[in-house]
Amino acid sequence: MNPALQGLVTILVGVGGCLAYYYVSNQVLDRVLFPARGPNAGRNINRANMIRPWLFLFPALFALAVYLAYPVVETLRLSVTQRLPGGGSVFVGSDNYTRMLGEPKFWEALRNNMLWLVVVPAASTAFGLLAAQLTDRIRWGNIAKSLIFMPMAISFVGAAVIWKLVYDTRPADQPQIGVLNALWLMFEGGPWSWLLLKLVPALLLLAFALAAAWIGWIVIRPVVAAGPVRPGPAGILARAAGALVALGLVWRSLTAIPGVLAADLPYGQPQTWLTMPLWNNFFLMAVLIWIQTGFAMVILSAALRGVPEDTVEAAIVDGANPLQIFFRIKVPQIMGTVVVVWTTITIVVLKVFDIVFAMTNGQWETQVLANYMYDKLFRANDWGVGSAAAMVIMLLVTPILVWNVWNARREMR
Amino acid sequence: MDNIAGSKPALAWAVHISVALLVVLWLFPTAGLFVSSFRTADQIATSGWWSALSRQERQVPPIRVEGTEVARDGRFVIEGRLFAADTAEVSAWGTNVNRPEEFAPGETADLGDGVTLTVDARGAYVLSGPATFAGQRLPRIFSTAATPPEFTLDNYRAILFDPRNVDGMSRAFLNTLTVAIPATVIPILVAAFAAYALAWMEFPGRALLIAAIVGLLVVPLQLALIPLLKLHNNIGIGKGYLGVWLAHTGFGLPLAIYLLRNYMVGLPRDIIENARVDGATDFQIFVRIILPLSFPALASFAIFQFLWTWNDLLVALVFLIDASGQTTVMTKQIVELLGTRGGNWEILATAAFVSIAVPLAVFFLMQRYLVRGLLAGSVK
Repeated sequence: MNPALQGLVTILVGVGGCLAYYYVSNQVLDRVLFPARGPNAGRNINRANMIRPWLFLFPALFALAVYLAYPVVETLRLSVTQRLPGGGSVFVGSDNYTRMLGEPKFWEALRNNMLWLVVVPAASTAFGLLAAQLTDRIRWGNIAKSLIFMPMAISFVGAAVIWKLVYDTRPADQPQIGVLNALWLMFEGGPWSWLLLKLVPALLLLAFALAAAWIGWIVIRPVVAAGPVRPGPAGILARAAGALVALGLVWRSLTAIPGVLAADLPYGQPQTWLTMPLWNNFFLMAVLIWIQTGFAMVILSAALRGVPEDTVEAAIVDGANPLQIFFRIKVPQIMGTVVVVWTTITIVVLKVFDIVFAMTNGQWETQVLANYMYDKLFRANDWGVGSAAAMVIMLLVTPILVWNVWNARREMR
Repeated sequence: MDNIAGSKPALAWAVHISVALLVVLWLFPTAGLFVSSFRTADQIATSGWWSALSRQERQVPPIRVEGTEVARDGRFVIEGRLFAADTAEVSAWGTNVNRPEEFAPGETADLGDGVTLTVDARGAYVLSGPATFAGQRLPRIFSTAATPPEFTLDNYRAILFDPRNVDGMSRAFLNTLTVAIPATVIPILVAAFAAYALAWMEFPGRALLIAAIVGLLVVPLQLALIPLLKLHNNIGIGKGYLGVWLAHTGFGLPLAIYLLRNYMVGLPRDIIENARVDGATDFQIFVRIILPLSFPALASFAIFQFLWTWNDLLVALVFLIDASGQTTVMTKQIVELLGTRGGNWEILATAAFVSIAVPLAVFFLMQRYLVRGLLAGSVK
């Protein structure tokens, strides 16, 4: 059968089947099982109403159980077993995990994933916040917003093609058709090159270090400063860990500054951007930042509009300048939303697969966990290690999962 | 806020300029691909797409003299033009591959045996000789010319409508459509019923179920690949459309239920209670009242799910595409082209744009619902 026709039939069968299921099951419940008449009418109605929610829920719960809950358990099982050649499998304990931990590619993937986890959510949220604040103040802001938001609709694969053109490299004697190389060749080592390629990056690193220090201070402040509300032991631990990460970032970025200033840049030679170890990770991250900024902007812009006008007005009356209003009045009030955006992007980053798969396929030290897992599962056909890698991704997601569930439960009370 | 910006014109200008810069920066990569998809392979390879709109001076690939020979004043003459457009401007030309810029326009080259060739600034050439040219190899003309901007639809014709083209996207386009539409429609109804139960029916364990769905929202679908592929193989679905529809349905359900439940909880209680008092059953309330009222939320989810299924690569790779390659989707086709046609940007750009065009159209037409869905899905 023609697939398109099959699709149409599936829609009809699926939709019709769903409606028929709900209708018939409700009829059976009301007419046959617990009819609302006879001596037990009242009791029957109550019983029917106890069962009905489960009729409504059954297809969804069934699908969720089979397609999401069961795989988590099954992957856990696969990660501690080894497939036998003739079929069947044998329990091997933590063998797969030790094998995985022994592979340099795994550590490379983990290191890159951590880099992605720090850079992409931070950059997307920062750009999104900037775009939201700026576009809210001008008349053509909505058009600007929808243009910045547009990459959200583009597939990761499409985005990979778009950015591969940006990073394209031709031999030195041919005209460059990639924007990045064309720009690069405009630098020849004069004062402008020093200003733009050394001073500006150094200043950016400094700014990043300051931002990290600021965030670290916000995180640790409730613990060290004597305030009315002191966090519990778990809170203190989490906050200390966050502050340590921030401190590490400050140290790394500050120590990188001399290197940036002293670097000997190969002016005049076209670069193959995607094969430079370490840096190519950032070129891949740019793609995801480009996509996710729009998302962050839309959400944060709605939050900024929700900031009570009188708090801003009071600040103006007190003589605050626009920067102070933004950082001291508005940002603290939308901190909750910033955290939500940050975690949502974090989840996207943890699952990032298509971009790496399409642009470098993990070569040149750009491996990430999701692509590593795909490699193991479908290229090496090693289900044990592949499942172990999947469990690592699950483990990284778990804190966010717990936090989300905890928040949802708190809201419902 | 306006009064801050308004009181300082310089600041207002700074805002305008920064936003403009940001927008240009964000559009620039996509624009590159879009413009490239309308240029010929030759143009793409010889100049950056950003110069596509300006006149370009470049070395034109050699063109062999051709045309009908006429006898004039005792000599045999062939006349013709190098370029179809008469807006081209030749700045230099030659007949030898080693000296492609030997002559200025209007000069006459002596090719030996009394044969002469002239090329003027507009690209018109005259080849003239004492004997007939019939049966001879005619000379090639190398030229350097400034050509006006030129765009073509040939790339799209080749990618979409040429059935013999192995790089064609027409089959993959239909396959993607076949995956995306049922995978968008089916979860909506299943999720809507469940969301109604979770929003408006009282039963023990409801709060627990909602929490579980919030938890499932973030479960990475990577975990589901092998177990579900095994399951599909065991129950006889194997790799194919049915499998990919089911998988997309399963993966889309948490978000669908979550979005719809949040929306339905906000519907006015009076309407539902009144209907109950009037003797409507839950099934009737759902179909007649809840479903029509929830249209915005349904639309939000439908857009999400459509974009997600249309743009998906991983689920299709695992659950759909078999060794025969008959069921390939566009994302997979593009990844393959990236491997085999890495440098052929006219093919890559066009193929990518064919796959991007539909989501972009959906995005611009239904942006309102998309934004609403995003806000409902992540901000509480």
